[in-house]
Amino acid sequence: MATETHELNLEEKFVFSDKAKKKIFLTLGIGIVLLIIGIILEMSGGGHGEHALNLTQDNLASINSDGTESGGHGHAYSWTTKLFAGMWINNLFFTGLALIGVFWVAVNYVATAGWSVGFKRVPEAFGNFLPIAGVLMLVVFVIANHSLFHWTDTSLYDETSGHFDAIINGKKGFFFMPGAEGVPSIPVFYYGRMIFFFLGWVLFYQFIKKQSHLEDVNGGTKHYRKLVTFSATFLIFFGVSSSISAWDWVMSIDTHWFSTMFGWYVFASWFVSGLAAITLIVVFLKEAGYFSFINENHLHDLGKFVFGFSIFWTYIWFSQFLLIYYANIPEETVYFLERLQSDNYSKFIFINLILNFFFPFLALMTRDAKRKMTFLKIVCTVVLVGHWFDFYLMVAPGTLKEHGGFGFMELGLIMIYGSAFIFVVLSNLAKSKLIPVNHPMLQECVHHHT
Amino acid sequence: MQIVSQVREPLITGGKTYKDVTDDICKPVEAAPSKIWLAALTLSLVLLFAGGYFLGDMLWNGIGRWGLNKTVQWAWDITNFVWWVGIGHAGTLISAILLLFRQKWRTSINRSAEAMTIFAVICAAIWPIVHMGRPWLGAYWVLPLPNAFGSLWPNFNSPLLWDVFAITTYFTVSLLFWFIGLVPDFATLRDRATSKVSRIAYGIVSLGFDGSAKTWMHYESVSLILAGLSTPLVLSVHTIVSFDFATSVIPGWHTTIFPPYFVAGAIFSGFAMVLTLMLITRVVYKLEDYITLEHIEMMNIIILVTGSVVGIAYITEFFIAWYSGVEYEQYAFVNRMSGQYWWAYWSMMTCNVISPQLFYIKKIRTSFVMTFFLSIVVNIGMWFERFVIIVTSLHRDYLPSSWLYFTPTLWDIMCYVFTFGLFFTLFFLFAKVCPVINMAEVKAILKDSNSTVYKGRRTIPNELVPEKDRV
Repeated sequence: MATETHELNLEEKFVFSDKAKKKIFLTLGIGIVLLIIGIILEMSGGGHGEHALNLTQDNLASINSDGTESGGHGHAYSWTTKLFAGMWINNLFFTGLALIGVFWVAVNYVATAGWSVGFKRVPEAFGNFLPIAGVLMLVVFVIANHSLFHWTDTSLYDETSGHFDAIINGKKGFFFMPGAEGVPSIPVFYYGRMIFFFLGWVLFYQFIKKQSHLEDVNGGTKHYRKLVTFSATFLIFFGVSSSISAWDWVMSIDTHWFSTMFGWYVFASWFVSGLAAITLIVVFLKEAGYFSFINENHLHDLGKFVFGFSIFWTYIWFSQFLLIYYANIPEETVYFLERLQSDNYSKFIFINLILNFFFPFLALMTRDAKRKMTFLKIVCTVVLVGHWFDFYLMVAPGTLKEHGGFGFMELGLIMIYGSAFIFVVLSNLAKSKLIPVNHPMLQECVHHHT
Repeated sequence: MQIVSQVREPLITGGKTYKDVTDDICKPVEAAPSKIWLAALTLSLVLLFAGGYFLGDMLWNGIGRWGLNKTVQWAWDITNFVWWVGIGHAGTLISAILLLFRQKWRTSINRSAEAMTIFAVICAAIWPIVHMGRPWLGAYWVLPLPNAFGSLWPNFNSPLLWDVFAITTYFTVSLLFWFIGLVPDFATLRDRATSKVSRIAYGIVSLGFDGSAKTWMHYESVSLILAGLSTPLVLSVHTIVSFDFATSVIPGWHTTIFPPYFVAGAIFSGFAMVLTLMLITRVVYKLEDYITLEHIEMMNIIILVTGSVVGIAYITEFFIAWYSGVEYEQYAFVNRMSGQYWWAYWSMMTCNVISPQLFYIKKIRTSFVMTFFLSIVVNIGMWFERFVIIVTSLHRDYLPSSWLYFTPTLWDIMCYVFTFGLFFTLFFLFAKVCPVINMAEVKAILKDSNSTVYKGRRTIPNELVPEKDRV
């Protein structure tokens, strides 16, 4: 069966056309203009009527910290907070997309999946954004620091300061250094984890990419076997690091609050966004004349993944919500109350559930819908937007309190990050063969039917 | 046209033909009971009746026969319940989720796994029923029936009641799924029957299956619909079982990760039990060409993945207990590790988290002896997991004056033995009257996955190809 050849030409190469580049730079330009307009509006006081809401914000802040006033101090709101929070949301979202690209490739190797081999260069290209995402994450954390992360305020750990917070003090070892005594200064442990995780992901990714490209040149199954082993190792690292990074980068924003599900919740959100992004790019490339072998059977399976994991995300969301709602412990319900009782954020809870569950669930229910490119384009775009709001809802209430909103600044930032991500992905996609011609399972993918 | 990559291992070895498949799998059903089968059934019946005596005695005299006390009101009963329900997850996972993921290796093991699921759910259902003390009144507590017991109505807010509905639905769908899968094979047995009795019996259960294209079409669409239905069901059952604990405000129980973590644990123990049974069956029934090393390796990988997921969940719970700053949670976890039940905790950690990690080593996950040994170890670990969660959290309640220790009585042990007797009796009866492997589905993959297709590959069952010949 190895001699089986197919009439389709599999020697495709993606050309990053000037037209596409122009479009991306145009989006980037508009994004920058919108961001500047947003910043100017914010600096001149904005039009969001925050002043009227300041009272509720103070109330919430003091509830958060169990009667002590530490929640309210030192967080004088300025437009930079909004900028940093916006960047942090995009950092999380696009790190997730890049990481899921690598995760997808690794899972498919370990699961010996054949049907997805033909377009594996697309998720593989996502990983190229990881170094940029890492630098952005680190830089934004260094600059924004206190305006996003309440726990970075060292006076919280100083019993004499009047801002002392016993609960946050109990978490000192995790943020600063295990066994740290007295008032800490630099969160070494936190930085260390951030750098270690990104370094690990990038290194694993580089190895996977290198072997995958060597396979194009050398053929044989040696690289394939190596990739299976390496993917499995990556998955172990990913399993631990994705949960811990979710605690670090998201859960610690609401410093008092905790939920054991949170790591998997962030993973579920990342995974379904990544699936939607992969599907979307595959469909666009197909429409642009690439991937001659891809037909509705491949699309059907991609659609099933988006459909299935939208339900999975909802399952995780609902389990976390129900258990917290049912037990009704104030320390836990505060997370949902802060969102549901806020004029700014309550609508996003419902937007989140509609865009990420009801819409993909109903739209992709039928077999035909999963096999049509138009449907997939609409649903995947909606899912991506929906999960951006999911991250918005994780980050904004804890950082911006009642100053949050969605305006020019947020839109501009999405456009900037999005065009940067697409540019990195497409320019790397153009660097190698679009189809891994020597992958031992390629023929299974070409002849795939469901 | 079905293309199969060269890097895939064959799933059926020994160069079997379609006729071989029918003959090999029908043989144990058609032949007279073998000595080893009779011995196994006798042993199961001994367990069933010995345990049954103690169960009857317990029902006659009351729950006081068990070692429960006023603080630990739930111990072996609910532990056994969750343990058996968990085991009952593998069958539907294999037949539904692996079907949706088009995993061909499921065809050799799905039949027995589904049967095992049904028997495990029956064993599980026994526990809440007998724990009622007066099970003959049970219907009033789970259904809104008019009754003369005052204000005794089902509590629809209680996850225990959700369990009743979830498990009943799951049991019904699993039974249907298993039976529908059996129909074509029953038809084969009917057509091959030499005695009148078996012709009539298999004729009735094969529902007039005639093997026409139309019949097969119906069969396949029913299978797919049932697979679609049981996928959310298999996840919902253990999710709701986890709610039994997680909705409460008991330290160590109330934690949001419980639903997916319980599901992963259930699949973990279910696969371990499938392996235990299949490793015996393949030897006794000489099915080495159908349940190959490849199948065993695949199952071991699933055990490894789900075991690691469970491991991450343990670490997450432990970390968040510390991170939360809630002293009750912190105490609950320290108490698990170093309290009076430290031995149960460390048995759980060793069996569940450490031992499956051995499967990273290819030599171990492709060794029959190690697989058999570890499959039992995993199930011991999963029993301890439930015991640890339930008893360590209960025995230190909010009032130190009521802190007690739970010790099982002979009745606790023997009632557990009774469910083993029931499980194995049912399984051995199944293995005698039904084909233990789905012949129809194995035939469907025979052409693509037969070892004769590949040259220089493992064609003698279960012997590894020398390193130099590997593709």
